[in-house]
Amino acid sequence: MSAVPSRRGLLTEAHPYPGRLITVEGIDGSGKSTQLLLLDRWLTARGFQVRFTEWNSSRLVRRAMKRGKKKDLLTPTTFSLLHAVDFADRLTYQIVPPLKAGMIVLADRYVYTAFSRDVARGVHPTWVRAVYRFAPRPDLALYFRVPIEVSLDRLLGGRAKLKYHEAGMDLGLATDPAESFRVFQSRVLDIYDELAGEYDLRVIDARADIPSQQRIVRRMVQETLRGYERPPGMEAPHGARR
Amino acid sequence: MARDADRGKKWYGSGLPYVKMPPLPGHLIVIEGTDGVGRSTQIELLSPWLELEGYAVSNTGWTRSPLLSETINEAKAGHELTVVTFSLLYAADFADRLEHQIIPALRAGFIVIADRYMYTAFARNMVMGADPVWTRDLFGFALTPDLVFYLEIDVDHLLPRVVQGKGMDYWESGMHLALGDDIFESFRRYQGRLIEEYNVLAREFDFVSIDARRSVEGIQSDLREHVAAYLAGTKREVAARPRPARRANHRLRRRG
Repeated sequence: MSAVPSRRGLLTEAHPYPGRLITVEGIDGSGKSTQLLLLDRWLTARGFQVRFTEWNSSRLVRRAMKRGKKKDLLTPTTFSLLHAVDFADRLTYQIVPPLKAGMIVLADRYVYTAFSRDVARGVHPTWVRAVYRFAPRPDLALYFRVPIEVSLDRLLGGRAKLKYHEAGMDLGLATDPAESFRVFQSRVLDIYDELAGEYDLRVIDARADIPSQQRIVRRMVQETLRGYERPPGMEAPHGARR
Repeated sequence: MARDADRGKKWYGSGLPYVKMPPLPGHLIVIEGTDGVGRSTQIELLSPWLELEGYAVSNTGWTRSPLLSETINEAKAGHELTVVTFSLLYAADFADRLEHQIIPALRAGFIVIADRYMYTAFARNMVMGADPVWTRDLFGFALTPDLVFYLEIDVDHLLPRVVQGKGMDYWESGMHLALGDDIFESFRRYQGRLIEEYNVLAREFDFVSIDARRSVEGIQSDLREHVAAYLAGTKREVAARPRPARRANHRLRRRG
């Protein structure tokens, strides 16, 4: 790992790579993943080379997470660190190489998820920022902001019940999952609002219909891609995914 | 880090905000030292002795958490991880043991003997070229120990001991750093660097250095003497003063 220049970390400066990093944030049920998927399709159709990466997806960590969640072994700190392991692993293999190769990397969730969720669970905000000091800064970081009740409706409409950790049940906030979700995710929402200011997240009203949001997203992405040069020899209309 | 006689049981950095720090009547004793120096041998002798003296003892060691140990072994077998990813895994294991084992044991008045502590990560990461400031900040949630013993040895004395004992494995020989053509040379260079780093940490964090070149019995006898003095010192303080107050300036006898 190259030396991080100062205690401030890489999020305070633009990354040096030819590619572009676009990230989305939002609480569960905000619709961010749908927006990212549509963006992926649109960019790919226009002939861009796109790579997609998603929070908490590396094989390495999956088993430890499963084990921990099953036995309720995860503390706010171990939870946070396991996500950081996952992130570091994906950064090494799925994010930096495509960026260095000049590709567009789309990340479903980024370090801001840790800064909001993990802090909502109780870890120290200074500590979690220090842990992620090695993370490159996105070229565009979108935040899909949605009120609690809207996200709850969307989640409950789609599935039978809320997931344990998503509802913050490990924190003992309420016995009813929906109530726990409200309390926990409200904290997360408050923190996201602060983060939007601190880290220049572009806020998108996620109550709007999907195509309206996508229009806004595409406009912002187009601005971000001004001056971006496609890597040589990659003009094919459909790039390989992942 | 300032030398501080009143060093034990504070948060090293920003700590665990959701863990209230009530009085922790136990004692956290750390045994540090490089691979193969004999830490586990010494701990296997120290723990039963303490129990015979009437203390409840809890043992913990690096990468032993049930949550993470399998993952870490897999990761090491795979040779795919960067030093950053490894550091985070070790920190996760450490956090798990700290919250689930160490702190509860201290709260219950146990003596916790830790085979390795965050200093292992500090030393290794210096050799691996990882950002030392980042490494220390990463472990900011840790509790500072009451006592750290450093089994100090030089490479020339370490080499025969390891060759005769458990042998040199890939990681302990720094083979991942490609320091040498053969495992023996690689081990020599890697351990040499590690020991240098440990020596620096020993001064910075005020370790009690124990001459580990001697026999197992000689080392153990030294350890027991220090531990006994420490425990007697804390007993005297507890008896003598109203809380809270600074710890008495118990000067642990240093070798040489």
